[in-house]
Amino acid sequence: MLTALLTLGALAALIGLILGYTAVRFRVESDPIVEQIDALLPQTQCGQCTFAGCRPYAEAIAAGEADINQCPPGGENTIQALADLLGRDPKPLNPEHGAHTEKSVALINEELCIGCTLCIQACPVDAILGAPKQMHTVITAECTGCKLCVPPCPVECIEMVPVPQTIGSWIWPLPDVVPLAPGEGKLAGGAHG
Amino acid sequence: MNTEGEMTPVNEDIINSRDQLYRFHGGLVLPGHREVVASRPLQAAVIPPQLVLPLKQHIGEAAECLVSPGDAVFKGQMIAAPRGTISMPVHASSSGIVIAVEDRPVPHPSSLIAPCIIIETDGKDEWGEADTPLPDYRQLPVERLLQRIREAGIVGLGGAGFPTQAKLAHRAPKGIDLLVINGVECEPYICCDNRLMQERADEVLEGVRILQHILQPRHCIIAIEDHMPEAEAAMRAAAETVAAGNLRVVRVPEIYPTGGERQLIKVLTGREVPSQGFPADIGVICQNVGTAAAVYRAIVHDQPLISRIITVTGAGVREPGNLEVLIGTPFRHAVETCGGYSSEVDRLLMGGPMMGFAVTTDEVPVIKTTNCILAVTREEMPPPVHARPCIRCGKCTAVCPADLLPQQLYWHARSGNLDTAQDYNLFDCIECGCCAYVCPSHIPLVQYYRHAKAEIWTQEKQKKASDIARRRHEARLARLERARLERSERLAERKKSLSGPAEQAIDAKQAIIEGALERVRKKKEAADLAPKNMDNLTPEQERMIREIEARRSHKDRPTEH
Repeated sequence: MLTALLTLGALAALIGLILGYTAVRFRVESDPIVEQIDALLPQTQCGQCTFAGCRPYAEAIAAGEADINQCPPGGENTIQALADLLGRDPKPLNPEHGAHTEKSVALINEELCIGCTLCIQACPVDAILGAPKQMHTVITAECTGCKLCVPPCPVECIEMVPVPQTIGSWIWPLPDVVPLAPGEGKLAGGAHG
Repeated sequence: MNTEGEMTPVNEDIINSRDQLYRFHGGLVLPGHREVVASRPLQAAVIPPQLVLPLKQHIGEAAECLVSPGDAVFKGQMIAAPRGTISMPVHASSSGIVIAVEDRPVPHPSSLIAPCIIIETDGKDEWGEADTPLPDYRQLPVERLLQRIREAGIVGLGGAGFPTQAKLAHRAPKGIDLLVINGVECEPYICCDNRLMQERADEVLEGVRILQHILQPRHCIIAIEDHMPEAEAAMRAAAETVAAGNLRVVRVPEIYPTGGERQLIKVLTGREVPSQGFPADIGVICQNVGTAAAVYRAIVHDQPLISRIITVTGAGVREPGNLEVLIGTPFRHAVETCGGYSSEVDRLLMGGPMMGFAVTTDEVPVIKTTNCILAVTREEMPPPVHARPCIRCGKCTAVCPADLLPQQLYWHARSGNLDTAQDYNLFDCIECGCCAYVCPSHIPLVQYYRHAKAEIWTQEKQKKASDIARRRHEARLARLERARLERSERLAERKKSLSGPAEQAIDAKQAIIEGALERVRKKKEAADLAPKNMDNLTPEQERMIREIEARRSHKDRPTEH
């Protein structure tokens, strides 16, 4: 009886030690969930989700304080990706935060710009170039289209323009999938033959 | 010697199997539609009144325009410079005046417009100052030759238009075993390479010799499909004139798409190019015959790539033929040279019936990758019929030359399941169109794959852009934080300097102010001198002074309050 207890006790202690050691020795530095969520967000830093940028929103999602459908620039794709990552059901974009629109970029009307630097201070990615009383201009390639520079402008010289489609940005469309009308399947071959 | 030994089996394979060819999976035997046009000799097209030269005619970055409207240009003058490694210059195809640099329709499946240089030709066709030709290329370092090939704007003329210099410079880790010169031209209707080999075999061969000199491959095979015996005979005759033991002309069976780089390598060597890899990874480089001829012209005659051979064919053209046209010639002009459209013409395609795409206007120019202008009638190429549901017959899988599962790719591409589509090796699809050709439900399969590929590329691009935006945002936050710290430090410092002997400082300030007031008072006193010449005044003058003084003091009073 005592032998059995001692044996089992010794085994338990030994295995416990080994497990304890391996837990320390082979500790896996897991990618924190905030990083993973942040990587899926579009990084426009627009604040439409009511948080002060993409990372704060990612932190809020991770803490369970925000839902996954609050990012209009990301739209369906981002919601789907977040749902996949977090093992939740995707849901439609919350209209309170705005609608998903095609990307646009800010354009400063350089004739009207008075050089007040307010838009420069508003830009979350430092994509506006200029100095006090000097003309400002947007570095189009770096503009995320967050629209944050539009309201501060005292002379309303900033406009959001849609990004034009070029042969570089064009993608093959999916073929039109039109459901067959009843009976059409039988006749379709003959219609053109 | 060890590394040599490892490769010997491949070499032996190629050497021993002089007559043995391999078979790739699937493929189709298609009606050729070449009988008439293959017999038509090459014809030089007339210089068109206007040349339209797109800045992007190949895979990679668009070139940067070097000319502006009003500039006179010579034939062969570089008018747009490459931007980056995978970019190519554009040259004026004939002499004339640049009349515009603007967006024009270009041959692209999107039918969108893109930046082009438009030249009004003067008909003189004058060459500019030529760089020194390099007939004795063997004496020159390989880098110099590669540079010349790049300066000449040469891209793969077989179809995709990959910059040739970049392909040649992509060295295999163990050197090149085999250089394949692709004269297969497997797609129906097209015969431009066929005519090139028949009529300019020596040019092609010289180009091959230059490529051999650059790459130093152990073997070189010129592959020709068996529907063009005349071209094969011409190439054999030319090859016999040079004593090159490691150069062979090989006839390959007519199966579409043997002309595909990976398929041709499989046929010739039995080896497969790794998924997502390059032929150079297995020691093979493949170049089109037209590219070889262009390399010859660039090196030996210092002529940039300003013209190419195209086939203008289809039942929609009156006199189908093979033309040597200047790059930038509008399709309309090329079709007119071939007798114009027949009355039944329905659609215009660039490329062949399997891999080509429809263009919506014949104003689009011939570009470096245009091998065929195909004007079809409704009868020979009926418009696409309504797709019916997939019945899972598996015919697409049987014909896929890349040995993929087209049906699975279709389901996943259609449902937007892009990761799974990639797991099924979507990017190994060469878009040959065999699957869609045999599909009994007429599903436009290739379009699904093209969409899925483009969607994946777009998402990758967006990911890169958002990563940059994140970095910029973080840098900004760091900068603001730093500025805030610096400001608070400055404030703290000033506070410190004030807080210690605060009253002294105030006194000192008071002293400065009082000193200043004193100075001003003294200045005023000095200025306020006693009136002079007051002696011996007449009573009249004294009265006036009194009046003035009274008035002044009266006037001063309100301001003093």
